[in-house]
Amino acid sequence: MSLTRAQIENIAHLARLELEPAEIPVYQESLSRILDLVGDLERADTAGITPMAHPLPGLTQRLRPDEVTEEDRHELYQACAPQVAAGLYLVPKVIE
Amino acid sequence: MSGAESSWETVIGLEIHAQLATRSKIFSGASTAYGAPPNAQASLIDLGFPGVLPVLNGEAVRMAVRFGLAVGARIARQSVFARKNYFYPDLPKGYQISQYELPIVAQGALEIVLDDGRRKRIGITRAHLEEDAGKSLHEGLGGLTGVDLNRAGTPLIEIVSEPDLRCAKEAVAYMKKVHTLVRYLEICDGNMQEGSFRCDANVSVRPKGSEKLGTRAEIKNINSFRFVEKAIQYEIGRQIELIESGGKVVQETRLYDPDKDETRSMRTKEEANDYRYFPDPDLLPLVLGEELIERVRKDLPELPDEKAARFSSQYGLSAYDAGVLTASRDLADYYEEVARAVPGEPKLAANWVMGELAAALNKENLESGSGKMPAARLAGLLARIADQTISGKIAKEVFEAMWADGQSADAIIESKGLKQITDSGAIERAIEEVMAKNPAQLADYRAGKDKLFGFFVGQVMKATQGKANPTQLNELLKKKLPG
Amino acid sequence: MIHRNSLTQLAAGLRAGKFSSVELVRAYLARIEASQPALNAFISVTGAQALEAAHAADRDIAAGRGGALTGVPIAHKDLFCTAGVRTTCGSRMLDSFVSPYDATVVAKLKAAGAVTLGKLNMDEFAMGSSNETSYFGPVRNPWNPEFVPGGSSGGSAAAVAARLVPAATATDTGGSIRQPAALCGITGIKPTYGRVSRYGMIAFASSLDQGGVLTTSAQDAALMLREMAGFDPKDSTSVDAPVPDYVAELEAPLAGLKVGLIKEFLDEGLDRENERRIRDAVAVLERLGASLCEVSLPNLPRSVPVYYVVAPAECSSNLARYDGVRFGHRCKDPRDLQDLYRRSRGEGFGAEVKRRIMTGTYVLSAGYYDAYYLKAQRVRQLIAADFKHAFGEVDVLVGPTSPTAAFRVGAKTADPITMYLNDIYTIGANLAGLPALSVPCGFVEGLPVGLQIVGPHFAEARILNVAHRYQLETDWHLKAPERFS
Repeated sequence: MSLTRAQIENIAHLARLELEPAEIPVYQESLSRILDLVGDLERADTAGITPMAHPLPGLTQRLRPDEVTEEDRHELYQACAPQVAAGLYLVPKVIE
Repeated sequence: MSGAESSWETVIGLEIHAQLATRSKIFSGASTAYGAPPNAQASLIDLGFPGVLPVLNGEAVRMAVRFGLAVGARIARQSVFARKNYFYPDLPKGYQISQYELPIVAQGALEIVLDDGRRKRIGITRAHLEEDAGKSLHEGLGGLTGVDLNRAGTPLIEIVSEPDLRCAKEAVAYMKKVHTLVRYLEICDGNMQEGSFRCDANVSVRPKGSEKLGTRAEIKNINSFRFVEKAIQYEIGRQIELIESGGKVVQETRLYDPDKDETRSMRTKEEANDYRYFPDPDLLPLVLGEELIERVRKDLPELPDEKAARFSSQYGLSAYDAGVLTASRDLADYYEEVARAVPGEPKLAANWVMGELAAALNKENLESGSGKMPAARLAGLLARIADQTISGKIAKEVFEAMWADGQSADAIIESKGLKQITDSGAIERAIEEVMAKNPAQLADYRAGKDKLFGFFVGQVMKATQGKANPTQLNELLKKKLPG
Repeated sequence: MIHRNSLTQLAAGLRAGKFSSVELVRAYLARIEASQPALNAFISVTGAQALEAAHAADRDIAAGRGGALTGVPIAHKDLFCTAGVRTTCGSRMLDSFVSPYDATVVAKLKAAGAVTLGKLNMDEFAMGSSNETSYFGPVRNPWNPEFVPGGSSGGSAAAVAARLVPAATATDTGGSIRQPAALCGITGIKPTYGRVSRYGMIAFASSLDQGGVLTTSAQDAALMLREMAGFDPKDSTSVDAPVPDYVAELEAPLAGLKVGLIKEFLDEGLDRENERRIRDAVAVLERLGASLCEVSLPNLPRSVPVYYVVAPAECSSNLARYDGVRFGHRCKDPRDLQDLYRRSRGEGFGAEVKRRIMTGTYVLSAGYYDAYYLKAQRVRQLIAADFKHAFGEVDVLVGPTSPTAAFRVGAKTADPITMYLNDIYTIGANLAGLPALSVPCGFVEGLPVGLQIVGPHFAEARILNVAHRYQLETDWHLKAPERFS
């Protein structure tokens, strides 16, 4: 399995990763080889097998009581934010 | 509708987002209250901090089940939360936790009433639980966008209809029906201005008689019934015009601009929609036992359609009146309280609740009468009409006074001396005085000018300040005038 | 030489007043400082806070208060969130991230009285098998600094092996506790999935990640795990079941124990010398009364391909939150929103993390989901079924922890696939959510190798018991690198 340069660029776009031009062939090569490695799965006979989404069978989702347990701590939480103003996180203009 | 338009059929499906009225968020213990300062209600979980994990709010689950049961849907004994992956500033984790392949509610339906009175069944494909996103603000931030994540993590059910709707009016009727229902169920406050209830409309057109669906456009985030109607209407026109001029509808997301009354293409949001859904490994399968479902079923209130049918049979109301009076649970409860307090007069109660009261509420932009005019107080007024203490006309005057100062009907009738005169002696005396004062008219009447009967009614009413019992007055006049 | 004591001995010594927590903390801080240029095991050292906590611990001990670990120094892998302390995950992305909260594991160990000395180096976002992907530079193996310590918990393993701390927390997604334990000659346990809370443990692959511990002995691991494990209402995948007293169950005799040697692990990839150490170790278990048989898990060789679909898929989504908006690295002067995302993430993540995010993005994308993600989860089911079947026949499974002893720094960085194959023996337990540990079982050319012991779900007490009985018969776990002994 060999990925094209365009495919790598598309994946990088979906994942929002800026790649240097020189990185693209490197990922092209290594991702292609990883896909070869995982391509082995094709040969496994999995007819009638349900996919396993979770390692512990039979466990089910627990439900939390509907209680407000959190208080306003936005100053603490925003201490590590790159850019805030008036309690808002700032980003470059979003055009809708 | 133009001739060209009528050769097209419109197909509409709605995706309604209803915020669930839980106290806390779907996966965190942060408050869902509206209107807090920016990010004051965004917890570490809502903010998607490194290392945090979601835990599901049981009440959100019960509310979704409540909805499912109310629309006769199948409640999934096992449903699964999935991640919908995309980047957007109002989506802190880079994915939205939603349900994809196995939603909690599937295959329900609602009935709407069309303009001509016919009923139409609208299928509900599914309703799934998911978390709401935050909000972006664009004003006054020096050309930047500000992100407020208070709304992020608010529980939603997304109610997806079948493409069963054929025009904008049907879409509005369906949306109103769902709106009424979620408020009956007390699972959503239905506040459209605050965004608690909003919808996306999938609109396409096809030549009449065609089975194949046309390419659809999705109009996002419409938050009023009026805009739904206008946006869909505009979109239908746009698509037909486009096709008839040789163009093609492209599948895309559009926004409705109420100022310009048009929809326009949204170009920015993840051009290539590849959401890479997969089961959220931080959450386990949601398994619902029969016990929980039965408990929710037992708790269901009387639903709008059931209530309307009962109002028709129990109170003898027309289907239309029953429909109006059951449009909200508050209104229906109010009506029933009034009707019960004035036995034997359900129609009188209906007329007043839908008439004077509705008009007064409307004038002051009030939702419910219970604040300014408690049902018992209105019933006090209607009882005086029923026992003929006052006439309907005087009652309107009394109502106005009650509305203005909050007094009871009896107090106003007493203080203003509005009690109807039912003493026939007194009425007779008044008639005689009027006859004496108007000999010319009396002569004309006796000469065959029947129309003057009304003149005498008016004069006697004037003389009694409108308090003479109209029925008695009529009878006595008929006896006395001919001489 | 205070650092020659085990964690169990230190806890007892503190209670007996043989030494104070302040003395211990000072001694270990000095060792950390001295080792840092050679090993680079720590990303942050929190000396001042540690001394303050040690003073408090000494007061608690004097007053007869405190928990099982009061005054005992430990350190955390730098992906456990620590309130007020930088938590980097080995990444430039979180270079200056100070967590506003404590992970549940951190809070539990604090409550048990442990004193934290600092945060340990690791592969970036726990993605790596050699601790060479850290933004803060590679960690060196204390047995020979030319060699890697293993990964991703390389800092934790090197620190415990060099006796810089008696115990360190760690996490294991595909072998990240066991493989560095083996390569550094120490003991490491990855509990059953759901046994230790993942709240506050920065996620790599949510269905595989599990917190655990690195120590010099199974006895110490039992003590640490007893304090770390338990139900956490903040983690939906945490299991609500009582935690046994692992320490109390250590001594049970092994007579009648059925041990299965995993046939598929004795493959051509396994170093022959390493295989001999494993067979020697198994012979010790037999001497202790265990019966041995070979067990086949036919689907197990597919662990690596399954893992390299599932783990990247989950990671691609888990790491989407690092977008330069609320925390973490933000690029300079973004032109627009997309530029902000792309450059912040492009600059903040290292090459291996980007590789895995892209792999995961690809296998989940439209048209590939069924062929890769669903297929892998189906094969994962087969692997889990193999284990279940095997545990119908034996009590524990054993085999090598890694194919070879430690390799040289730089030897495998050029080829990710070669690096990935290092985890070939450890990944199975993660895919099936099973408890597994590694104990030192000898040396190959002067470098330690480990014996892996895998148990059924929630059989931590059993595998710790087997490891402890083995360590009573052997002294591999007592050997420390000469430079640090």
